[in-house]
Amino acid sequence: MFGSLLILLLILSVAGFYLGRRKAFVVAGGKRSQLHSRPLYHGLYVAALVGIPTLLLSLIWIFLQRPVIDALLLQSLDPKAIAGLSVSELSLLKSQIKSVAQGAIFGDPKPIVVEAAERLTHWRVIANWAMVATCIAIGLFVLIATRSKIARLFRARERVEHVLDLLMIAASVLAILTTFGIVVSLTIESLRFFDRVPFLEFVFGLNWEPQIPIREGQVTGGGAFGAIPVYVGTFLIALIAMLVAIPIGLMAAIYLSEYASKKMRAIVKPLLEILAGIPTVVYGFFAVLIVAPAMRSFGAMLGVEIAPNSALAAGAVMGIMLIPFISSFSDDAISAVPRSLREGAYGLGATKSETIIDVLLPAALPGIASGILLAVSRAIGETMIVVMAAGIIATLTFNPLSPVTTVTVQIVTLLIGDSEFDNPKTLAAFALGLTLFLLTLALNVLALRIVRKYREQYD
Amino acid sequence: MNMNVETPKEPVDAMTFQLPEELQVKVKTRDVNVHYGEKQALFDINLDVPANHVVSLIGPSGCGKSTYLRCLNRMNDIIDIARVSGKIELDGLDIYDKNIDVVELRARVGMVFQKPNPFPKSIFDNVAYGPRIHGLADNKTELEEIVVTSLQKAGLFDEVKDRLKDSGTGLSGGQQQRLCIARAIATRPEVILMDEPASALDPIATAVIEELIDELRQNFTIIIVTHSMQQAARISQYTAFFHLGYLVEVGDTEQIFTNPVDRRTQDYITGRFG
Ligand SMILES: Nc1ncnc2c1ncn2[C@@H]1O[C@H](COP(=O)(O)OP(=O)(O)O)[C@@H](O)[C@H]1O
Ligand SMILES: [Mg+2]
Repeated sequence: MFGSLLILLLILSVAGFYLGRRKAFVVAGGKRSQLHSRPLYHGLYVAALVGIPTLLLSLIWIFLQRPVIDALLLQSLDPKAIAGLSVSELSLLKSQIKSVAQGAIFGDPKPIVVEAAERLTHWRVIANWAMVATCIAIGLFVLIATRSKIARLFRARERVEHVLDLLMIAASVLAILTTFGIVVSLTIESLRFFDRVPFLEFVFGLNWEPQIPIREGQVTGGGAFGAIPVYVGTFLIALIAMLVAIPIGLMAAIYLSEYASKKMRAIVKPLLEILAGIPTVVYGFFAVLIVAPAMRSFGAMLGVEIAPNSALAAGAVMGIMLIPFISSFSDDAISAVPRSLREGAYGLGATKSETIIDVLLPAALPGIASGILLAVSRAIGETMIVVMAAGIIATLTFNPLSPVTTVTVQIVTLLIGDSEFDNPKTLAAFALGLTLFLLTLALNVLALRIVRKYREQYD
Repeated sequence: MNMNVETPKEPVDAMTFQLPEELQVKVKTRDVNVHYGEKQALFDINLDVPANHVVSLIGPSGCGKSTYLRCLNRMNDIIDIARVSGKIELDGLDIYDKNIDVVELRARVGMVFQKPNPFPKSIFDNVAYGPRIHGLADNKTELEEIVVTSLQKAGLFDEVKDRLKDSGTGLSGGQQQRLCIARAIATRPEVILMDEPASALDPIATAVIEELIDELRQNFTIIIVTHSMQQAARISQYTAFFHLGYLVEVGDTEQIFTNPVDRRTQDYITGRFG
């Protein structure tokens, strides 16, 4: 029903467009230069005014229809029949009525249920038709009203611009509201967590053992929620990844933009970008099955003990995964530096490497920084490689050769299994999520500041 | 463009013109041909540039003026498809010789471009860049001295002396171009190549630059490409007219503008084409 209504409304606004445009032609009487706005804008104006309000109305209608009908249904039930029913019994009755109305009849429903289901179906049909009728009627009315307003000096162009303005604002408000909603829900759940575990223990605690007994008599850890080891692990792995990704990515970018011939570039660039398309699971088992054993035997040769799960293996493989992020952004940024700057440097007798280091990299810094930023966010958010190669045990260590774990991995392990959101173990996931969000936000703001300061100074 | 102009079949000998005996030849060009891939951009160019003079290169766009200029500091090396043949000498030294250090050559032959192209660095660092990479200053005071005198010679110092730490890209167009001239001067070149240095500037900034070029002649040899014939007449002692890749005519600026020998030069300066 709703789908067909949408199609009808679309047809109506398209019709509005053509009718409005035609009217504008007629009003102009063959002299189009006499119109304030081109006929196109008159048509768009009518179409927008017909389409947008009716669409909004139908959406609101759909949202309100169900609760209103539910309320009516409850009122219409025989008060005697539902007297003394508890809230959960009432809602059971309601869903029974609904499934009967949908034609799914199990067993032998009570007559009161069948009767109510018939009423429900009836009301729904009425409501749907009422919606269609109202929307179409309003649409038609608006169409006729706005079309009659079209005149030679009617400023349709300005109004269409205004409508576009509003649409853009609506789109950005929607995006902001979504973010806001996520933050609010994270905060609320985190507050519930901090009811059970003191805030200071979470932020400064050095011990992370979230496995608390769910059933009685289960043998588990003590249930400690100090997040420091998890954050140290995240930081350690991200750091190793960036130590791998930034130099290699940057040098690859410089090679691509300054040294590679056109042919070479056409081959190398797509090859590099394939790295970004490999699923992280594949990187994960690459890390576990190849990189980690190789590191272990290399370490053994040097007499260094390397754990089978290590931050180094996970971080190094993650770094390789992130190379294309940095190389691609930096390559674009370096290539976008105007030729005149290059020639200026060469003209002064700068060598190729001097030109790159002194002129190209500083000029391309904002682009390079955004690539690095994106890579850091990916490194912090990456889960699969860490689960497979670095482990899920939180130990407080800065040693890259030992197993560590990260925030996202902990969130996953906390939420696996079907325990409800009423104990510290599951709620801890929200607290971790919130702190992770705040951390990356701070990181972004900081990096933006640095880039902006640098830009003001040199641009 | 007037299509009736005969395309030259045989290279015109511009060498009928002889520099006065007493002038020292700074840049000597013999039989230079330049190709961009299959396409030939310059044909058998022969030209002598005297020291401490200003020589203008004029001609319709696409005739090869920039290409010629870029041969003189081997800027065409950067362009993959460009091929240069023939002989170019700087003070008798073949600059296309295998043993030539291009970096050193470009320190001796500076360049100022059509569009001001200051680096995204501070005003000071822009000017100090050349001296730094060539190690011209032994310490900070010396470097500062080079920067200050270069800015003074470029006529920019008084305008920027309080904000040497500000970005060079924040200056006005005319100031940026003078900054680029200061940057070129700072490496103490012997020759300065200028490719339409005033074409992006307003008349006042242009006048400032023209005056500057006249002063710079004391210490440098200047070869300048210009689209404005008035400008060529105002600032240069010798003028070379290029057409379709050929050097058609060279001579005293006054003679070229009052009494040109070649038909094509005549057509160009009287505005019949180009
Ligand atoms: N980088 C290049 N690649 C290919 N052709 C070029 C290049 N630069 C210049 N040319 C060609 O060489 C000819 C001379 O160009 P140019 O020296 O820039 O002329 P001018 O400076 O006199 O306007 C033109 O036909 C131009 O198309
Ligand atoms: Mg040119």
